[in-house]
Amino acid sequence: MKAKGSVFRYKDNVDTDVIIPARYLNTSDHKELASHCMEDIDSEFTKKVKIGDIIVADKNFGCGSSREHAPIAIKASGISCVIAKTFARIFFRNSINIGLPILECPEAVDGISAGDEVEVDFTTGVIVNVTTGKTYKAEPFPPFMQSLIEAGGLAEFIKENY
Amino acid sequence: MTITEKILASAAGLDSVHPGQLIMANLDMVLGNDITSPVAIKEFPKFGKDKVFDKDKISLVPDHFAPNKDIKAAEQCACMRSFAKSENIQNYFEVGEAGIEHALLPEKGLVTAGDVVIGADSHTCTYGAIGAFSTGVGSTDMAAGMAIGKAWFKVPSSIKFNLKGSFKKNVSGKDLILHIIGMIGVDGALYKAMEFAGEGVASLSMDDRFTVANMAIEAGAKSGIFPVDEKTLAYLKEAGAKEPKIFSSDEDAEYDAVYDIDLSELECTVSYPHLPENTHLAKDSSSIKIDQAVIGSCTNGRISDMREAARILKGRKVADGVRCIVIPATQKIWKEAMHEGLFDIFIDSGCVVSPPTCGPCLGGYMGILAAGERCVSTTNRNFVGRMGHVKSEVYLASPAVAAASAITGYITDPEVFNEG
Repeated sequence: MKAKGSVFRYKDNVDTDVIIPARYLNTSDHKELASHCMEDIDSEFTKKVKIGDIIVADKNFGCGSSREHAPIAIKASGISCVIAKTFARIFFRNSINIGLPILECPEAVDGISAGDEVEVDFTTGVIVNVTTGKTYKAEPFPPFMQSLIEAGGLAEFIKENY
Repeated sequence: MTITEKILASAAGLDSVHPGQLIMANLDMVLGNDITSPVAIKEFPKFGKDKVFDKDKISLVPDHFAPNKDIKAAEQCACMRSFAKSENIQNYFEVGEAGIEHALLPEKGLVTAGDVVIGADSHTCTYGAIGAFSTGVGSTDMAAGMAIGKAWFKVPSSIKFNLKGSFKKNVSGKDLILHIIGMIGVDGALYKAMEFAGEGVASLSMDDRFTVANMAIEAGAKSGIFPVDEKTLAYLKEAGAKEPKIFSSDEDAEYDAVYDIDLSELECTVSYPHLPENTHLAKDSSSIKIDQAVIGSCTNGRISDMREAARILKGRKVADGVRCIVIPATQKIWKEAMHEGLFDIFIDSGCVVSPPTCGPCLGGYMGILAAGERCVSTTNRNFVGRMGHVKSEVYLASPAVAAASAITGYITDPEVFNEG
């Protein structure tokens, strides 16, 4: 599986309150959540985002609340992948569970700027910055998480195994 | 092994576990609120189970936007109510008997020492205060927990905080945890367990321990945990909790880091916008003018928090132009505060008292901020737009500091009132 798109670049500690503010949590409608994604730190995001685009951020992406609405809003916006130096743990779990591809790769993050065209191969973990021509490699997921992803998310995995 | 490793090994049916190991653990309680449960309830049928794994090991608490703040919130609460009814879930709490989930569950005796708990709310780590492994997850994990009574975990490594001494007057659990987050940062304990230990633990009230464990997530931690002592056992007994399973860390347990903290050296601490790690001393913050003070939440809405605020507010008035909102976390706390005369103190000093709700903490309702407004709050997050307008600001502090600040209209260390 591959993704290709242009990059929205954010800094450290992007929290779930800015990914999807709590004032919109009175719904769980994916499209509605997507229409407010990132609006408190980047009012241009929802206007500019195209299907396949990629979010690249520094450390601790997704810190704060356990709201699954955050990865849902990102995924429903059309974002194909989030690359960060590190992820907050609940966001990491939620992304795997709902099938939003995420990769931890500090070197790639340092070598990618806003607007760069980036290509990601999820099977190999290879990240190519098409704009600069540089290639990076993310750590692959441990086998257990790989099997969760391959099953198509937590629900399918549990249905098959329990 | 550490206390955390021992609890997880037991729940996974293993003799031992080590940090980094992936396990499937049996769950003693699965929790959801009115924001996260509707998503989990929608997902539940996808797990292929006819009914929930155990109707007595699920708790559903409408608290975030309840009492219903608007039509959509009402529909989310209705979704929970109807699921609780159809699955015969007893631990669904309607507003008349409810309150903020993380104050409510321990108070109702629904969690005990040695339990493994997941909750679709990041502050589920609160129950580490009573020696349980408890952690926040998302809605899909909650749905999985409801379906099979198990969850997968990567066993966390631990960081130990060795506490000694006891707090000075006006200093409390909130100052301790803000101090720690300021020291290690908002990702200082990422993926790890924060273990609080040492002779200083004995001096902390249960309410202080709940406050400390509650904010472990604000340092990125998976969980926070306290050892079980006489205070814990007395608390569990009074709450009518089931038999505690007492685990403790071995002498030779391994830690990623050990920090020594002398409680008697701590001072009233405030986290400036927009991260809990931006800590400063309250006494150095007296030029910061506030518009609102909020005293409540799963962090600081317990009875000792109410008493502490009332102690400072008694006989004094909230400053002109300041709104002070007091929110006891549960109906039981509300009633206790009322009978102790604390509401007379709050109302005479110019505060308003709200029914239990998470409301303002996450910018839901009951105290939303306008552009440019500042709030000193006993809640747990001060992210951009957390309590309202994206250009508003939240300063995190203890109930004593919030009350003192409400009186002067500026961030204030209660020490200035010279109460000896």
